Amino acid sequence: MRFLPDVALQRLQSAADEPDLAGTPYELIERVGRGGMGAVYRVRDRRLDRDVALKVLDLVDPDGPGDEEARLRREARILAGLEHPGIVPVHDVGVLADGRAFYVMKLVQGERLDQRAPRMGSLGERLRLFVRLCEPVAFAHRQGVVHRDLKPENVMIGPFGEVLVMDWGVARVGRREAAGVVVGTEGYMSPEQARGETDAVDERSDVFALGAVLRFLIDQAASPGSQPAPLRSIAGRACAVDPAARYASVPELAADVVGFLDRRTVLAHHESLGERLRRWFRRYETAIVLVLVYLLLRLLLLLAMQR
Amino acid sequence: MSETRPANPAAHQGTSFPATRWSVVRAAGDPDAAVRARAMDKLIAAYWRPVYKHLRWKWRLSAPDAEDTTQDFFARALERDTFARYDPAQARFRTFVRLCVDRFVANQLQAAGRQKRGGGTPMLALDFAGAESEIAIQPVSAEPDAEAVFRREWTRSLFMLAVDDLRGLCEERGKRSHFALFERYDLERTEDGPDYAQLAAEFDLPVTQITNYLAWARRELRRLVLARLLELTATTSEYRSEARDLLGFDPGASESGETA
Repeated sequence: MRFLPDVALQRLQSAADEPDLAGTPYELIERVGRGGMGAVYRVRDRRLDRDVALKVLDLVDPDGPGDEEARLRREARILAGLEHPGIVPVHDVGVLADGRAFYVMKLVQGERLDQRAPRMGSLGERLRLFVRLCEPVAFAHRQGVVHRDLKPENVMIGPFGEVLVMDWGVARVGRREAAGVVVGTEGYMSPEQARGETDAVDERSDVFALGAVLRFLIDQAASPGSQPAPLRSIAGRACAVDPAARYASVPELAADVVGFLDRRTVLAHHESLGERLRRWFRRYETAIVLVLVYLLLRLLLLLAMQR
Repeated sequence: MSETRPANPAAHQGTSFPATRWSVVRAAGDPDAAVRARAMDKLIAAYWRPVYKHLRWKWRLSAPDAEDTTQDFFARALERDTFARYDPAQARFRTFVRLCVDRFVANQLQAAGRQKRGGGTPMLALDFAGAESEIAIQPVSAEPDAEAVFRREWTRSLFMLAVDDLRGLCEERGKRSHFALFERYDLERTEDGPDYAQLAAEFDLPVTQITNYLAWARRELRRLVLARLLELTATTSEYRSEARDLLGFDPGASESGETA
């Protein structure tokens, strides 16, 4: 039997891992990502002479098509049904010559939010990005799709600032699902998801996850003591344990964040008189300063004339 | 959205797993002695090298002592149906074997002097000289993680068996050129080559054929590795996690770019 030195062994491991693209119009370029059930490769579509992303399962289930294949196919179907600039379009789906299921989607050349966040600028920039993140999620909700695993790792920021929501593999369409299924990621998963109460999961579960993402973005920008109270209230309401206490929809959450950015009243926050005056002053800062300067000049003119 | 399927459906069928899998790990506990013996042959083929090297590296046994202990370990496992006691809920089978070896050696060391080792146990035809020359090529002197070393040697053993299976398959199907190409490119290639163009000249084939032959050999290798693994695991979850290790996956690590 032939001995395999380390270099040959590693080469074989890597060769055996690569998707077998024989019989497809795709040509392998490189691996760009890996997750729990498969990998994403940059491939060349020879028909259209363009690069696309191919997501493929690691393994064929030995007992026949299993949960992971079903999940991958479901994800492709969901993505195909959601046409939105913040959701990657799917071009193709199928089975490779080595038996593994795959789908092909637009290649997103960007960075994950969790990787980008530490280098992001002001709080305002973060919040504007958050509002853009809410748009595809709200769109999916209107189509009856709940993502169920929103987290910074599943958000991509494109080279031109596009915000894309990725990984719809555990999304729920409609209300068909067995109870007791726990999907999501700790820290971003709503309490009803964590308890496996699939019937209770609806768009407010995504509101909870978005609230956690908002907290993540705020925490990266400012220490807890220096975070604006209205913003903390927005995240707190989005992440309320009781779904009824949360924003009823993603657009409501986004509107409150936009309200904060515009220095308008934030629904989630009961402000004191002092807070209201400060906010009012900041909102009309320029006009107030102009009026004050004008009054000061008038006063100086009056004094000069009296002399 | 369109659906892409392999050009040759038979190629896909060929990679499908049988509906009823035959696990040698489970068969090692079969009441039928013939089934048990067949299972043990397969287990020994996959495990004797990692076991022997583990004895040489972790237990620092001399080559003759490691040979004897390897023989004794498998002979004792046959006699006492050691592998039938494997519980998939406790650990992977690979880890179970390593722990059995460690326990066996510890007991042997305790009993040293009281009993002559290996008295009358049947001798297995194992290529220890070959294993020694492998140790000379890949010496491991101070690796602290016995599990990691055992896993690497087990992976090597499985791939060596699969490459052997691939050679047999190529001979059976009259695809000797496929295997020769695979050997030259995937097993023997160095920084100096050969590259596809050199192979094309050497084998008098167009470069596109080189690509096709190599793709076929790799696809078959993947299938053969996974088929071996399927036999050597007891449960689907063990198979999945071992496959991910075996094929160099690291599910915990996510590179930049899209998450999968």
